[in-house]
Amino acid sequence: MKKTLLTLLFIPLLAFGAGAELHLDKAPDRSGDTAALQHGAKLFINYCLNCHGASYMRYNRLTDLGLSEQQIKDNLLFTTEKIGEQMKIAMAPADAKVWFGVTPPDLTVIARARASEFGSGSDWLYTYLRSFYRDDTRPTGWNNAIFPNVAMPHILWELQGEQVMGPDHKLQLAKPGKMKPEEYDAAVADLVGYLQYMGEPKAGLRKTLGVIVLIGLGIILVFAYALKREFWKDIH
Amino acid sequence: MGSSNYEKYKSDGSLPGTVLEWVDARFPLTANWKAHLSEYYAPKNFNFWYFFGSLALLVLVIQIVTGIFLVMHFKPDASLNAAGVPVAFASVEYIMRDVPWGWLIRYMHSTGASAFFVVVYLHMFRGMLYGSYRKPRELIWIFGVAIFLSLMGEAFFGYLLPWGQMSYWGAQVIVNLFSALPVIGPDLSIMIRGDFVVGDATLNRFFSFHVIAIPLVLVGLVAAHILALHEVGSNNPDGVEIKKKKDEKGIPLDGIPFHPYYTVKDIVGVVVFLMVFSMIVFFAPELGGYFLEYNNFIPANPMQTPPHIAPVWYFTPYYSILRANTVNFFWIDAKLWGVIFMGLSTMVFFLLPWLDRSPAKSIRYRGPIYKWALGIFVVVFFILGYLGILPPTPGRTLLSQICTVYYFAFFLLMPIYSKIDKCQPEPDRVTSK
Repeated sequence: MKKTLLTLLFIPLLAFGAGAELHLDKAPDRSGDTAALQHGAKLFINYCLNCHGASYMRYNRLTDLGLSEQQIKDNLLFTTEKIGEQMKIAMAPADAKVWFGVTPPDLTVIARARASEFGSGSDWLYTYLRSFYRDDTRPTGWNNAIFPNVAMPHILWELQGEQVMGPDHKLQLAKPGKMKPEEYDAAVADLVGYLQYMGEPKAGLRKTLGVIVLIGLGIILVFAYALKREFWKDIH
Repeated sequence: MGSSNYEKYKSDGSLPGTVLEWVDARFPLTANWKAHLSEYYAPKNFNFWYFFGSLALLVLVIQIVTGIFLVMHFKPDASLNAAGVPVAFASVEYIMRDVPWGWLIRYMHSTGASAFFVVVYLHMFRGMLYGSYRKPRELIWIFGVAIFLSLMGEAFFGYLLPWGQMSYWGAQVIVNLFSALPVIGPDLSIMIRGDFVVGDATLNRFFSFHVIAIPLVLVGLVAAHILALHEVGSNNPDGVEIKKKKDEKGIPLDGIPFHPYYTVKDIVGVVVFLMVFSMIVFFAPELGGYFLEYNNFIPANPMQTPPHIAPVWYFTPYYSILRANTVNFFWIDAKLWGVIFMGLSTMVFFLLPWLDRSPAKSIRYRGPIYKWALGIFVVVFFILGYLGILPPTPGRTLLSQICTVYYFAFFLLMPIYSKIDKCQPEPDRVTSK
């Protein structure tokens, strides 16, 4: 009887398949790689943090990545910010809306928001930042293969160069940039690694602590079970 | 009890005995300890399914304690801050980053919400397995269903607070349902929102309901649920009344004191539960988008409707029933039928004690019809839940309609099939299976 019921449970899976597929490239894992994350932070601050804020993230939290406060001040702060401040931008959201048509979203938790059944948020960002191509029909001159008609121009174009959409619907590098394709992919992976870190700075601590908590509970379980058996040995 | 103890005092008013006696003369402490723990006799044959009552109480405590600390830092404010982000959304991220251990408290609370429903669904299923709602336990069941409904309200109000896209649009969809009610509908939905769209007024009143109103009701109902249980005594997997066979002291032969036997046993259940709970909190707090929806990391945007609005998993069976109603019928709009059937699908549990006419309480002694009916009901409940997550297609809608018909037939035909089912005789005493 139980087997029949279990089989019935899978009816919706058998009868009706999933909808449209979105193919994403797997983002290389940069968690815990402080050199890569520092590089990612630098790219983020130089390229993204002009239009996009990261308004829940404080600069001095970057000490998580093995930087000293002095290093952060010297290398990553522009001019007027203080070390304890959040990564905000000078552009007012309302002005941005007028200039770009949309307010560039805050990127602090973007790596969490972009997760879907097709892949992690990092996978989406890694694919997205490598999928820009020239499109003269767009006001910015750029389009994106996984985010059609995106409002953002290709901000990393000088690094990647210019891609065009080929006739077989595949992206081709038409004009090389400062980086070779492998270097560009690695740089984007660092940037995405940083975005993932920034989405949940406590993720590393969370996982470490989880192991300790589970070991602790496992030990308590042994004693709790022994106590139960001792009390229950006379109950038949 | 108190007044009789008071007479033990010496004529000069001095204390004759211990602090406990002093207290007992003024408050029925020992009497309550005995009535509810050390001399509350529970059947000795409780199995796996009997862990979930005490676990529900544990989760309630987790939610209240973590909730108290979240309220200290959360700001129910829909206005935009200088960076253009809603203050409420930003305050949740503030808790996740800048409040010491805030991330842990928040994940415990968000995981606790889903854990509450897991535990309560299993607890309710236990009742359906062993006929725990049958006479004389009808009121326990009614209080329990009221707890379940309050819990749904609590979860619904709480889900708006992080002010993400799913918070916002989920609330928009559900509150709009009330506008389908005839005559009062449109005004009622405005009254619930406090505005013409979900906005700051909605956020503030939902916050108030979530942290004060519903928790008070919940705690009161839980007390009533337990008091009613301890009045009539617990059912057990055999569905036989242990109070029918007592020893010369009036203690049920198959009963054992709740404390220490079930307290030590429930501690084992608590530790195992906390291990599963910790695995989610520490290693998968989003649980693949089911416990924390990905879209909810995008701040609420009233100008941008997400392409697919799905409620959190614990509401999806009822959401499927809502969407299964696609036909205007008897001059009533399909949307209103959906609201009616969704409401009935949760309320129908109240009727269970009177729908079930089986001579046996426990599934162990019931006939094949009920076993199959309940088994398919569980499958149908899962299918409805799964369909509620997905966007509708004609095939899925048809499947949800079939499942909806079965869902209601399970309850409404129960007086017939439970009566004609071939049950086995119940034993006199509990078995040690």
